[in-house]
Amino acid sequence: MSAQIAGLTAAPGARLRALGGDWLQRLCLLFLVVFVLVAAFAPWLAPQDPTFGDLGAGLVGPGAGHLLGTDQGGHDTFSALLEGSRTSLVGPLAVVLFSTATGIAVGLFSAWRGGWTDTVLGRLLDVLFAFPALLVAILAVAVFGKGMTAPVIAMSIAYMPYTARLVRGLALQEQARPYVAAYQVQGHSGLFIAVRRLLPNIGPTVLAQSTVNFGYALLDLAALSFLGLGVQPPTPDWGAMINQSQDAVLQGQPLSAIVPAVAVVLVVVAFNVVGENLGDRLAGRDS
Amino acid sequence: MTTPGAPEARTLLQVSGLRKTYRSGASELVAVDDLSFTLTAGGALGIVGESGSGKTTTARMLIGLERPDAGQILVQGEPLAATVRGKAARLARAKAVQIVFQDPYLSLDGRISIGATLDGVLRLHGHRDPAARAARSRELLAQVGLGERESASLPRKLSGGQRQRAAIARALAVEPAVLVLDEAVSALDVSVQAQVLNLLTDIRRSTGIGLVFVSHDLAVVRYVCDEALVLYRGRTMEHRPVADLLNSPGHPYTQLLLASVPRPGWDPDSISSRRRELAGPR
Amino acid sequence: MALLEYEALSISLPGTARPVLDGIDLTVRAGEVVALVGESGSGKSVTARAALGLFPAGATVGGRVRVEGTDLVGADAAELRTVRTGTASMIFQDPRAGINPVRRIGDFLTEPLRLVHRWSRERANARALELLAAVGLPDPVRHLRQFPHELSGGMLQRVMIAGALTVEPRLLLCDEPTTALDVSTQAEIMAVLGRLQRERDLGLLLITHDIDLAAAACDRIYVMYAGRIVETATTAELFAAPRHPYTAGLLGSTPPLTAPEGPPARLIPIPGAPMGLLDSAPGCAFAARCRFAAPGLCDQSPPPLELHGTALVACHRADELVDAQPNTLMREDS
Repeated sequence: MSAQIAGLTAAPGARLRALGGDWLQRLCLLFLVVFVLVAAFAPWLAPQDPTFGDLGAGLVGPGAGHLLGTDQGGHDTFSALLEGSRTSLVGPLAVVLFSTATGIAVGLFSAWRGGWTDTVLGRLLDVLFAFPALLVAILAVAVFGKGMTAPVIAMSIAYMPYTARLVRGLALQEQARPYVAAYQVQGHSGLFIAVRRLLPNIGPTVLAQSTVNFGYALLDLAALSFLGLGVQPPTPDWGAMINQSQDAVLQGQPLSAIVPAVAVVLVVVAFNVVGENLGDRLAGRDS
Repeated sequence: MTTPGAPEARTLLQVSGLRKTYRSGASELVAVDDLSFTLTAGGALGIVGESGSGKTTTARMLIGLERPDAGQILVQGEPLAATVRGKAARLARAKAVQIVFQDPYLSLDGRISIGATLDGVLRLHGHRDPAARAARSRELLAQVGLGERESASLPRKLSGGQRQRAAIARALAVEPAVLVLDEAVSALDVSVQAQVLNLLTDIRRSTGIGLVFVSHDLAVVRYVCDEALVLYRGRTMEHRPVADLLNSPGHPYTQLLLASVPRPGWDPDSISSRRRELAGPR
Repeated sequence: MALLEYEALSISLPGTARPVLDGIDLTVRAGEVVALVGESGSGKSVTARAALGLFPAGATVGGRVRVEGTDLVGADAAELRTVRTGTASMIFQDPRAGINPVRRIGDFLTEPLRLVHRWSRERANARALELLAAVGLPDPVRHLRQFPHELSGGMLQRVMIAGALTVEPRLLLCDEPTTALDVSTQAEIMAVLGRLQRERDLGLLLITHDIDLAAAACDRIYVMYAGRIVETATTAELFAAPRHPYTAGLLGSTPPLTAPEGPPARLIPIPGAPMGLLDSAPGCAFAARCRFAAPGLCDQSPPPLELHGTALVACHRADELVDAQPNTLMREDS
């Protein structure tokens, strides 16, 4: 019966979108694999030392010596792009790992305990929601100083409520299903059911959300570096690269700013596409 | 499964004065009011009612998912604990009462194969030896008419009837004194429903387990149970041997339920006027 | 001319092993109450929807579905609109799924009249009140201003019936109209449907999984299995002497309500499960579950629907099984 109903409701447009999504999904996935590989092997791939500024060769155009030219300080843009991918990978990864782990713990605990525990945690999350991640990160920098550590910790906390709220909602929905009641009636402990049985059933959806979050975290961290609050020069970083190229942009030589900006946009879009497609796919499998 | 039943009819389940109310704001809804019954080894009691009768609340109280406001549930003479602390108490309660739910599509964990599900239950309940567990799993599956192929399958690869058989095997794996079936056959196709009804009858005969069969379907209750208890808005209307109840229904509500079952020569017009007399506008 | 007439209707979907519908022939005359009985996957709901020109997306459709002579297979938009807003209406299993929860009952009932038929608000309201009274709701004026959540499932299903009648159809398609309701509510809804059908001389096609409900409410019954009609007869005949082993199996699977004292006679279930869309059989689709299946006969070609007595039966062995010894199908020791 279900097959018939699916046939009755599936619009022809949905099939086309699924096909297009598949093609775009593959391209984005490939791009992300390349991104991770580049980040892993950047020191060996970079043709030059991006921290070395050849003051005699500032704002050189693309050519044989410098594939994507240099910035005002004479740093090789291509090499900085490659090595800058490392902070762009490690920072958001830390944010996503930490916020997902704590978000799962808070969300599951809240849903499983219910009652006033759930109410109190819900209100606390509401309060955290009120602060934009970037603002929390700037505040953390003001208190703990510039660099990577303070913003990553602050943003992990700021991103946590999104995962927590998602996990809580999914867990409540899942708890209403009789298979969870059956586990209870069999005599399993609440902790076992919540962590070992319920979590794996909602895990894929949480993973999809975390993938999307990675993109946003990357964007926020790049913004911090651009503001000069995040990763500090001479460590190569995409946000910092844009920052250092501001004068060059005003002088009509925008390439050294455009290159890292395009890199940020591409990675964020790729993570969004992969994450949303993952979510759609898992939702489709469930029904 | 070992036969827990002694030769004479031993009391498995004794429910007395059970009451449950739900509050929302100022209003109070009495879901179950002063419910009492006993169930002997190998016995089968049908709890019959329509939506809002309190039959599902009763089932949930029997398995400890709802806490009664008043009254007592004794299983083999021991009170069913209102709250359980610790593993031993949890396992003891599991051994008292198990349940099979209505929806075969949602009552099994979609990530875990039927065999692994049974293995998990057996391990939890102290079966240490993996080989012995595997043998017991096969035995349980054979008892409900499933084989190796179904054992290795995830629930979504099975039909509704096969899933419901698996859910029954999962409940039997705990070796409970009492098995509650909450509308356990009403989501199945008629031809498959008959298979499961026969299976339940066989299990009851071969194990001496007590059945509490919650259903809206009088004919199905007639087939499975010895006694039936008719619930209406939380109150017991009638509690008699099921053949008596159907041959000479005493309470007007039972009469209405019986007349409502479609059959050739059925007169739905008279039923709706009788229903209005009984209930008034709801 | 029949009110509703299916002629060899076949529907196939890509990615399935067998057709969803395979050569459906079915007729409903004006003023006739006909049941279409089947289990999950039999194609009974797809059949009903076809009578409104609703075919599954991506389906290949063959044959004819005529409503008052208009063929809906390949009909243009104007023809479909005429049928859907004038001749035929449909009632579904879940009344809540078919009504917008944030709009009042009155809007639900009057909108089609005002927007499609350009009636004035007063005229449409008067009609809605009249219909709410006709379906036996106690307080039409109040109900018109209520929201769907304020009504019980049974009351809302009556609203859906009223909604189906706003356009004064001559054909009413009821797809499991009482399956989601309590038994006593089911009786009320069937009473309302029966009364309206008689008063308005409607042709009514009842889609149900419940052969007893079909027998209680209908003149004639079609039994479907795996996309084909396997038997059709008058209700009395079908119950007295089912000729297809599947029909007999369905009857044998239903426990009797009243029976002599003592344990009831054991049910004789049909083994196995209904055939899904991903399975197919070269011969009779029911052969795999049939006690009477004969190798070399039933697994060769699908049996045609043939006249046996006054019933149409699609079974290779109908002659020897029933015509020779009536009622053998119902007994286990045959």
